[in-house]
Amino acid sequence: MTEPGRAWGDAPLIFERSRSGRRGGRVPDYGLPKPELPPGLSRARAPRLPELAEPELVRHITALADRTFGVDTGFYPLGSCTMKHNPRVNERVGLLPGFRDLHPHQEDEGAQGALELMWTLQGILAEVAGLPAVTLQPAAGSQGELTGLMLMRAYFADRGEERDTIVTADTAHGTNPASVAMAGYKLERVETDARGNLDLEDLRGKVDERTAGLMLTNPSTLGLFDEGIEEVARIFHDAGALLYYDGANLNAVVGISRPGDMGFDIVHYNLHKTFSQPHGGGGPGGGPVAVRETIEPFLPAPVVVREGDAFRLDHDRPKSIGRVRGFAGPFGVFVRSYAYMRAYGPALREMSEVAVLNANYVLAKLRDAYDLPYDRHCMHEFVLSARSLKRDHGITALDVAKRLMDYGIHPPTVYFPLVVPEALMIEPTETEPKERLDDFVDAMQAIAREAAESPELLKEAPHGRPVRRLDEVRAAKQPVLRYAFDDDPAFVG
Amino acid sequence: MPAAESYPDDLRYHPEHDWARVDGDEATLGITWFAQDSLGELVHYEAPEAGSTVTKDSSYGEVESVKAVSDIVAPLSGEVLEANAKVVGAPETVNDDPYGEGWLIRIRMSDSSELDALMDADAYRTHVAES
Repeated sequence: MTEPGRAWGDAPLIFERSRSGRRGGRVPDYGLPKPELPPGLSRARAPRLPELAEPELVRHITALADRTFGVDTGFYPLGSCTMKHNPRVNERVGLLPGFRDLHPHQEDEGAQGALELMWTLQGILAEVAGLPAVTLQPAAGSQGELTGLMLMRAYFADRGEERDTIVTADTAHGTNPASVAMAGYKLERVETDARGNLDLEDLRGKVDERTAGLMLTNPSTLGLFDEGIEEVARIFHDAGALLYYDGANLNAVVGISRPGDMGFDIVHYNLHKTFSQPHGGGGPGGGPVAVRETIEPFLPAPVVVREGDAFRLDHDRPKSIGRVRGFAGPFGVFVRSYAYMRAYGPALREMSEVAVLNANYVLAKLRDAYDLPYDRHCMHEFVLSARSLKRDHGITALDVAKRLMDYGIHPPTVYFPLVVPEALMIEPTETEPKERLDDFVDAMQAIAREAAESPELLKEAPHGRPVRRLDEVRAAKQPVLRYAFDDDPAFVG
Repeated sequence: MPAAESYPDDLRYHPEHDWARVDGDEATLGITWFAQDSLGELVHYEAPEAGSTVTKDSSYGEVESVKAVSDIVAPLSGEVLEANAKVVGAPETVNDDPYGEGWLIRIRMSDSSELDALMDADAYRTHVAES
């Protein structure tokens, strides 16, 4: 695998394939009048669009697709992203004309099937969270986080309480502190103890009458279930504060344990992770939020309600924080996740059981080749460290990740969480068969041997991909964000 | 050119991988070789304003690499006299010379007794070996 597996050849940009006057099709001349635009709205110059014939366009797009790596091409253990297989039947259901062609302004009476799907989805999600009320509106986990914090703010404002601080773990995803800042709260960070749980002693000193709540992923980004979660919940509830569950790692616990039973008051889900949507390129996502009865009045309006056999969007919610997204939310995502859940039916917990089993299988096979900072059974993912490889051979987590690409495997998440030096965060998901897990184990063990025997091989990896090692520092400092035409460098299209 | 690993004997060290060089009632602060090596090449330094106050064990700024954004923890309390403009313009200076050109701020100390809580170079070397 040290030699390039194939010749990738050049992949010119579409502007470089362009030739003046070429075209992919002809638009008939209907003899229509030229529309007149209000003054000031016309652009100063015509956009400089690429010009090429259809076969060249198809080859360009096919060449790009050929260079693309996804869960459909190979193993993709990107920790915390849950890159599971998306069953194709979900697409078939999502493309049923009654769902696909529904107009967002359709009256409730003409959208009963869609509203029933949303209402039933709310019910399934409520059962998964162990909390009674759900909004489907947020379009991503990060928007779910912000919505959850806005709900906290509305809840305390309604009670006349002034609280200004949110507590997060030092292992938290970066979106947590970002959401805290965006929602106008102060951030207090709690340390992780030697077993990978929240440090209760540190926590007790940081929770008081100014604390609005906690944001926590459980299992954490270390792939560990917090063994002290009930005590954590007691500390916050005794102080009158709320607990927010970041559902990024929900794939570990569905049907096994429920955030509401752990003591969480607000929960977001990542439909695109846990409940199967194509993702990894920025969407489409879904970040519904579930809450306790006491917080339900503040949910974004409208909410789907049932009256007898009929369903409608309820806009009459005077304490609502308002809409957080246009129309009814990312509806196509709802249909696919609903199809996914119904395909499992009551066996949904098998999804999480196999996710945890697969992760522990890989962990058991790799624990001797890499450092294991927290020696416990993991949940759906685990974190290794390349600390010894770095100390003994100068090989970093980044080198390991780049070398994995030569083995036809997508690198895991690296350098996160920050509490683990040279971190490699590995999430196999439940949809991988044993053979693919074994391929990954073999590759990781081979790379650990290569680190000792021929470290330069790793330092220069990847060898067999369309591009070699990228200069990440230069990309961060001098990003090239648009194409510059050789013959017209000042042109801004 | 990244610097070679070193922990000068004339500095005092904080467990969060920050150093202090004391001169009378003033101190120069920065991050250690271990810190810059863990982060990798720096691409941004968010510096505090002159005249602001820094508090021991609290963050006074941020450094960013392609791997992570990291808080910089003050080993001592005091008033900021100056932030290093050279590092603001060229953050990789910290990687090249973490104890010299790559200093981050100068402060006027408000409580010199805080020095007693910091480590000497030997203690910090032991701390790094355990990190």
